Amino acid sequence: MKKHQFEVIVVGAGGAGLMAALYASKTANTAVISKLYPTRSHTGTAQGGVGAALGNEEEDHWEWHTFDSVKGSDYLGDQDAIEFMCYEAVQAVYELEHYGLPFSRTVEGKIAQRPFGGHTNNVTGNPVRRACYAADRTGHMILQTLYQQCLKNNVNFFDEFQVVDLLVVNGAAAGVVAIELGTSELHVFHAKSVILATGGHGRVWDITSNAYAYTGDGIAITMRHGIPMEDMEFFQFHPTGIYKLGILITEGVRGEGGVLINGKGERFMERYAPRVKDLASRDVISRAMYLEIKAGNGINGQNYLYLDVRPETVNKYAALDGRKRPDGTPYLMTGEEIIAKLPDIVDFARTYLGVDPVVQPMPVQPTAHYTMGGIPTNKFGEAVIDENNTVMPGLYAAGEVACVSVHGANRLGTNSLLDLIVFGKHSGLRAAEFARSADFQPLPADPTEFTRSQFDLIRNAQGNEKILEISSKMKTVMMDCVGMFRTGEGMQSALETMRELRERYKHIPLHDQGKIFNTEMINLWELGNLLEIAELTTVCALARTESRGAHARDDYPKRDDVNWLKHTLSWIKPDGSIELRYKPVVITKYQPKERVY
Amino acid sequence: MQVKVKVFRFNPEIDKRPHYETYKLEAQPTDRVLDMLEYIKGYFDGTLSFRRSCAHGICGSDGMRINGRNHLACKALLKDLHSNHITVEPMLGLKVIKDLIVDMDQFFAHYKSVMPYFINDEPVPPQERLQSIEERERFDDTTKCILCACCTTSCPSFWASDQYLGPQAIVAAHRFIFDSRDKAAGERLKILNDQFGVYRCHTIYNCTECCPREIEITQAIGEIKAAIVTGRLR
Repeated sequence: MKKHQFEVIVVGAGGAGLMAALYASKTANTAVISKLYPTRSHTGTAQGGVGAALGNEEEDHWEWHTFDSVKGSDYLGDQDAIEFMCYEAVQAVYELEHYGLPFSRTVEGKIAQRPFGGHTNNVTGNPVRRACYAADRTGHMILQTLYQQCLKNNVNFFDEFQVVDLLVVNGAAAGVVAIELGTSELHVFHAKSVILATGGHGRVWDITSNAYAYTGDGIAITMRHGIPMEDMEFFQFHPTGIYKLGILITEGVRGEGGVLINGKGERFMERYAPRVKDLASRDVISRAMYLEIKAGNGINGQNYLYLDVRPETVNKYAALDGRKRPDGTPYLMTGEEIIAKLPDIVDFARTYLGVDPVVQPMPVQPTAHYTMGGIPTNKFGEAVIDENNTVMPGLYAAGEVACVSVHGANRLGTNSLLDLIVFGKHSGLRAAEFARSADFQPLPADPTEFTRSQFDLIRNAQGNEKILEISSKMKTVMMDCVGMFRTGEGMQSALETMRELRERYKHIPLHDQGKIFNTEMINLWELGNLLEIAELTTVCALARTESRGAHARDDYPKRDDVNWLKHTLSWIKPDGSIELRYKPVVITKYQPKERVY
Repeated sequence: MQVKVKVFRFNPEIDKRPHYETYKLEAQPTDRVLDMLEYIKGYFDGTLSFRRSCAHGICGSDGMRINGRNHLACKALLKDLHSNHITVEPMLGLKVIKDLIVDMDQFFAHYKSVMPYFINDEPVPPQERLQSIEERERFDDTTKCILCACCTTSCPSFWASDQYLGPQAIVAAHRFIFDSRDKAAGERLKILNDQFGVYRCHTIYNCTECCPREIEITQAIGEIKAAIVTGRLR
């Protein structure tokens, strides 16, 4: 076992972790621990843009962005935090540009912006260009740029180290335990502040846009220490995943004028969101697609639809919508412009579908995409661990693993990249500030005790179960029963299945008993995390007897503000049972009203 | 269809020398090589080790040699390999740690040596720095790099000497050298104007041919050679 001491430890090297590290390292001795080489992080796969009301292409205001986010969240987002994020967004995006991020440009040389789902001019209700983009590689550029700036600023990195436990002493964070993947050696990182930026857990579901690495590690290691999770029932399904594979096709395709078409050749979103149609919020569109497919309106009756961005289709519907270019001329796209604005989408479609999106429509289906819930924090990234928002000293979370909550029941497109940079920055600042005034907590007498016992169980398991069979069963059941549409009955049976799978999980033998890159052992540990999170998600969802945002129930189809305008807090108790409590939503200016797009 | 997948295996804790294992499995034409490796790991041999994450060609984790050519395993579909005999091996020129996992330290050290970060110490404007569409386009191609190492480990000059910075590091430098906002092109050109810099490139084009991001790498290297010789960036 090796010991290290840093004032601030950041776990995860995606956008939030790197932003936190950049800021924390200005004043505190900081290290980043990541199970992937930093540029492999999932932030890199984000495509369409980062939201900020720069107003480069047309009139826009951060207050409009705030309202759109509140409405997008189906009124479950905390409005003070959303105001903070949308206000900070403008400066945060300029800051990325100052770091060298290669944004696409307007003819005036400013950062280019495109329309996105749920982004509106609050006066007219029409779509507004707010998503700041670098072609369809915005996440890639953010990840690369932040990593490069960390290199420039000599941030310490521990790459390919899997953090497997959080150390909590005297009710405060004291560090983490990590396994060095190359050697399986245990490392103890003693710290004053721990920032968790470990991302989401979309690998719980079968059709997913999420990386293999998205296994909810941060949530799993935190909740074992009696820290609650917030709003775990809310998980976003993105409307446009590549059929069967789930690979993301950015909302930017629809921002550029692409439309969803059903098997009858109809632009069906006209019926579900008469004003903004294909640019409604993601939950609204995913549900509409589900209903179309269920009604037999899939392409050739199959369970997929078309996303059509052929120039003739784009131009036809742009004319019908009366869409104009910024200079007032009619909106017209050529094949070349589509390739220039969406080069990776064209590449994905050609590679994985054998389809050229300039001449053929793309088969798509909704795909598991984003974790709205997570570790409860305030707007400074401090973990708040009960219904009174009591701060846990030294523990911070930022990015997808955190629940501020700025996304509420459904995240607005482009707000994930925004969340990373705004709350990554502020958690880094706060963590460093805390480290200046606080002392190190003593380490536990045997800091790796829990980790060793956990991995002994994994190494010594006996039985004939197979990791792929358990994970595949979890994913299909969660997709069918705790996916886009839910019922009490379906979720009850899913809950029973998850509990069975957690038992069967204990009987998966580990074939690789080696120390060098034992990926089988790590994958097994990750599956344990996913199973716990699947169960927690189901329990939270079963309890919430309403439909709100991404949580849609056939048996409770209406939003119920009287009983359910509140956040779920869920604790895993030492005996494995789950306790649910609730805390109020922060409302400043925007009283809940019916959500129409 | 039935596929035979022959996989390079080496576990230094057990094996004296590397060997190959062949696995027979059923696969669909649209399956990725990564899907087959996952299947082999799940059903035949849990000890098989490889890196992977995003599974759609963006994170750059799963560069490997597939039927003799560097690919990302997640971007190589069975139908595009035109064979049901598939050989999977680690990338060349870097030490094999275990099975398909190679030691990337030297590769990343070269990347870090070219100052791969934006440098402009002038006071920042209150809003964005302006850049024309044409100026932005000038370095667009090299912004796409995902550090998968397919290029560098396909380069015979890198195989001959791992002191050579390799195509990836040059691509990384290019992205900043030709960015109108950056102020350190001269320093980077100095680094590249070295016996282990751009002149080790003998325009063999292996890098360009295998780049999963379709970056015109050899052209980028040529532009840097020209910039060193002429002292002009545009």
